[in-house]
Amino acid sequence: MTHSASPMLTWIAISMVAALAIAGEVLIAGAMQKLGDLDIIRARSGMPGAIRAVLSSPLFLTGAFCMALNFFAMLYTLSLVDFTLAMPGIASFTYVGNAVAAKLFLHENVDKRRWLAVAFVCVGVYLISK
Amino acid sequence: MKHRLAPQQYLILLTVMVTASFGDALLSRGMSQMGAVDLHHPAILLRALANLNIVVGIFLLIGFFASYMTALSWADLTFVMPATAFGNVMVALIGRFWLHEHLSLSRWIGILLLTCAVGFVANGPARTEHSNEVELTRVDPGIAL
Repeated sequence: MTHSASPMLTWIAISMVAALAIAGEVLIAGAMQKLGDLDIIRARSGMPGAIRAVLSSPLFLTGAFCMALNFFAMLYTLSLVDFTLAMPGIASFTYVGNAVAAKLFLHENVDKRRWLAVAFVCVGVYLISK
Repeated sequence: MKHRLAPQQYLILLTVMVTASFGDALLSRGMSQMGAVDLHHPAILLRALANLNIVVGIFLLIGFFASYMTALSWADLTFVMPATAFGNVMVALIGRFWLHEHLSLSRWIGILLLTCAVGFVANGPARTEHSNEVELTRVDPGIAL
């Protein structure tokens, strides 16, 4: 099935999905960094303890809310835009945005090798989806 | 700094790749069957929950979310990201060797680029030292932080 949304609506929808994904992933990554290795928590307090630790993190809850919004925004976008345009578009924006946000907010050491990987992923996803 | 991953941690990264790509593909198939959704009637999205492709897609994405969170608890976001992208390669290779679909030259180049991206990141540490932590360790303890 081909969709015929206007280019402006298409890119607004794709950008919204990507922005929500970036916010959600960075918040969840921040929460997981603060919590520490989940395997260790699970070994110490069992699965219920690990679930309790995750669910009691405000950062995680905010991130999960963003991901839930991202899910519905993605459903909406996929109903407007072709999969072959939506997925590489969302993926490319999200990979670049995540790398920038990870450096700015999570203070990850995004070295040249990781920037190169982000660039390769963007071009690779585009070529595979063509 | 963690440099090497345990086999169980590689298994979690593999789960991230498989569940993300197949979950997204099933959602797309389900939403194509639903047709366009009008912004003025967002409740129609709830009807999507009755579509089998979307339900299976959601279960796969729940599995993705659990494995993704586990991976983020011992690895950087910028380390885990290429792993999720590598799921696209898996789908393309399944299409080529299992479904016998034709893969164009540009898709093979895309596969090569994504494989290189995973190689770049996999050779580095899963968790890097954070610049703020490094800065804090360099501060004289006598000076208020």
